[in-house]
Amino acid sequence: MIAIVDYEIGNLAAIANMLHRLGAACEITADPEKIGRADKLILPGNGAFDACMQGLRATGLIPLLTEKVLVEKVPLLGICVGAQMLGHGSDEGREAGLGWMDIQVKRFPDLPGIRVPYMGWGDVRKTHPYHPLTQGISDDARFYFVHSYYLSPVDPEDVLLTAQHGIEFAAAVGRANIAGVQFHPEKSHRFGKQLLGQFAGGRP
Amino acid sequence: MTRARVIPCLLLRGHGLVKTRKFSNPVYVGDPVNAVRIFSEKEVDELVILDIDASREGREPNYELIAEIAGECFMPVAYGGGIKTLAQARRLIRCGIEKVVINSAAFDSTGVIRDIADVFGSQAVVGAMDARRTLFGGHRLFAKSGTVETGIKPEDHAEVLERAGAGEIFLNSIDSDGQMQGFDLPLIQKVARRVRVPVIACGGAGTPDHLRQALAEGEASAVAAGSLFVFHGKHRAVLINYPTGIFF
Repeated sequence: MIAIVDYEIGNLAAIANMLHRLGAACEITADPEKIGRADKLILPGNGAFDACMQGLRATGLIPLLTEKVLVEKVPLLGICVGAQMLGHGSDEGREAGLGWMDIQVKRFPDLPGIRVPYMGWGDVRKTHPYHPLTQGISDDARFYFVHSYYLSPVDPEDVLLTAQHGIEFAAAVGRANIAGVQFHPEKSHRFGKQLLGQFAGGRP
Repeated sequence: MTRARVIPCLLLRGHGLVKTRKFSNPVYVGDPVNAVRIFSEKEVDELVILDIDASREGREPNYELIAEIAGECFMPVAYGGGIKTLAQARRLIRCGIEKVVINSAAFDSTGVIRDIADVFGSQAVVGAMDARRTLFGGHRLFAKSGTVETGIKPEDHAEVLERAGAGEIFLNSIDSDGQMQGFDLPLIQKVARRVRVPVIACGGAGTPDHLRQALAEGEASAVAAGSLFVFHGKHRAVLINYPTGIFF
């Protein structure tokens, strides 16, 4: 069962909806027992970085999630701010991130003609040749992005996909059992369905 | 490559979808859940769904219908109509939509935009406005589906909405609505130049060229249309369609 970690942020129904269409068992939950039994985890996130970190901390689930991810090595997928939370922190706020990956989160630079937040569909470029999460992505794939801050992994090897918005940035990151996507696969038609299907069925 | 979003804008009236002309004469165009399913299959960039009676009638959003619609959407969906409070926005987001559209309520106070942005982020709040041309070439805004004159200029209001925390501006032209003769380009440009957040232009699209004009000359970030995506031919036969393979 895939546990979608519920800390009352964002559109969790959409993630569950797509997983259900894929035939994957999932549950939106903050119940430590259910999360303890989950064999995969999705960490969503939307809106302000600090609000997300505070929301997640308020559930008291961080020690359990850390144990699951770092010790049990359960596959985890962070989505949007959920991916940003995997790093050390963000330009956007003062809260520390989970620190599970060596990532900083930076604000898009002010560039002429580039509006922030970035909101829209973008093409991605595969930078990792065989990561199971992203290797099946087709050349015509496009994903829905909405963000003002972007993932900046310290080790370029952790970058799975890049996208462009004035600058080239990491659209997906991954290391061992941990992965994150800046875009919203649950809102990216068959392209997102394919990616979530990889996560649900594959062994990241 | 970044693509400009092309967004069908669907108008809810009761349990049906309608299309208006200059915000009047609503014509029934179909069942909303069925229409949304077709748009989802056509892989549209995004959807905007507006309940055109909710604010005017002081009515709550139809949460059940919205949840049913959202369940068919594998793309972002924005809903507007009758939203005045954070609690309503929370319930709508729980129904499965990404963005709430605030229009009439923001003329009383932009507090609700600030409240929603603080909790769900600016990307979850669309500030919307309906403009009408004045005799002297300017524009003024109207609230409650075009029925209440406010005397406010669109570009000034856009700035107020952005400052309050709206993550994008949905700009509709009452004069161009349903005419399919092209967008009100000076209106769009005036607003787009005043704010940094994306501006979605709506009202008047009859051809893909019109969409291109709104993006190039109007400087909009995204374009929305109703008639273009629900009518076919000069007799306005109802046919749900969406241009594919055209990148803007």
